[in-house]
Amino acid sequence: MAMPRTVLLGADDVRRAVSRIAHEIVERDRDLAATAIVGIRSRGDILARRLREAIREHENITVPLGSIDITLYRDDLTRIGYAPVVHESALDFSVDDKVVVLVDDVLFTGRTIRAALDALVDYGRPRAIRLAVLVDRGHRELPIRADFVGKNVPTRPTDDVRVHLVEVDGRDEVELVAREAVTA
Amino acid sequence: MKIQERPTPTPTRVEGAQPLRWQRRHVLDTDDWSRAEIEAVLETTGAMLDILRRPIRRAPPLRGKTVILFFAEASTRTRVSFELAAKTLSADVVNITASGSSVEKGETLYDTVRTLEALGGDIVVMRHASSGAPYFVAERTGAAVINAGDGWHAHPTQGLLDAYTLRAALGDLAGKRVVIVGDVLHSRVARSDINTLVPLGAEITLSGPPTLIPFAWRHGALPRGVTYEPDLDRALDGADAAIALRLQKERQESGLLPSVREYARVWGLSEQRVRRMKPSAPVMHPGPMNEGVEIDAAVAHGARSLVEKQVTNGVAVRMALLYLLVGTPSLEVA
Repeated sequence: MAMPRTVLLGADDVRRAVSRIAHEIVERDRDLAATAIVGIRSRGDILARRLREAIREHENITVPLGSIDITLYRDDLTRIGYAPVVHESALDFSVDDKVVVLVDDVLFTGRTIRAALDALVDYGRPRAIRLAVLVDRGHRELPIRADFVGKNVPTRPTDDVRVHLVEVDGRDEVELVAREAVTA
Repeated sequence: MKIQERPTPTPTRVEGAQPLRWQRRHVLDTDDWSRAEIEAVLETTGAMLDILRRPIRRAPPLRGKTVILFFAEASTRTRVSFELAAKTLSADVVNITASGSSVEKGETLYDTVRTLEALGGDIVVMRHASSGAPYFVAERTGAAVINAGDGWHAHPTQGLLDAYTLRAALGDLAGKRVVIVGDVLHSRVARSDINTLVPLGAEITLSGPPTLIPFAWRHGALPRGVTYEPDLDRALDGADAAIALRLQKERQESGLLPSVREYARVWGLSEQRVRRMKPSAPVMHPGPMNEGVEIDAAVAHGARSLVEKQVTNGVAVRMALLYLLVGTPSLEVA
């Protein structure tokens, strides 16, 4: 069965979205001395690095950068039938009293963010946690919203939103693959 | 517990290694493991070490799960290591030891298994003096079983933690030569080290008194990647690492070696001897050490020693296995 795909964001759109979010982060908190950026593996950490670069270009300040693997905090570990291999997190600074901007590629049910919040507070007590995402596709199952959004996209629950980034996929692109509910 | 400081060298990953779906239900022996499975455990171990370095050393994946530590043979460090690993991952831990339990009162292993089953453990970590006992339990319980050492047979978590520790120290193990010296015959550690290190590309040189080397091995029928060199000095020449095995006191009584003093002189890792290896080549020991017998105190606590790192990495490896097993769906036992 052919699966119709639509390009939601092209390379330029991704670049502009990152740049705009970087500006918004600066405008929101001003005091960048307390700001830190933490990406959720394995696409959010790449976007987090780009955001830090953009902030450095605009403001000439390098904020601390970290990444976390949220696998151990997933709420569906015993339901997916196997334990995914966990990768190392890399958070080498104290999050105490920092304003942590959590970065992910797609915001969907909110469960990944819930897991990331739990993981983050095991590293300390941030002054605030904000959320930046490249795409918000709706269908939240938890009371979670993003502070910074690259693009809001209406989707159906069965759709697939795929984020490709140069660093791992060779190109910057966000596409939507429409899928009928698959019956296994 | 002392946690090693960052930066820890991340173990090298195989080029193009595919992410692996963990399928194993039990960890009984690593002799039939693929390299990808070993890599998956080592990768996850890195993530677990990360938890041990954090201010709050706790993560939730085993919440609501019960880990039964069934140690029918004396062990403190391995049991404590598993206990710490299970608790760090938020599991409930129940201890059953041989002394003071119904095992001592003559309960059969089968009856103990029924009891473990009735207690509702999700994972049974067991040590037993009889080789193969964990297989017996695994076949008769719905719980996942981790072998924490069975007789002379296997000690898989030791092999995996040694592999992690060596990789962190040496990087890729391809072509690295590791000397294992001592009582190889009775050593489940030696067997598990071989089963884990050889698939990662290491070459093993065994050394030790011929009476303490398996008969077939000292006559040339060696496993792949393994050689035997009866002269320890020659074995150590240019080696990349050495692992000293613990000498059990009973071996002398059973006439397999003339005296402990002679053993120390001929087979002990002395300071002078370890200098035959490559500069700064590390030394390991599964513990507890007989200092002055298989390893000199100066070596055990010197710059080459990875003994403390082995202890820390041991907790992380066990966390990784507990985590991986709890995700594998349980099978109904008839």
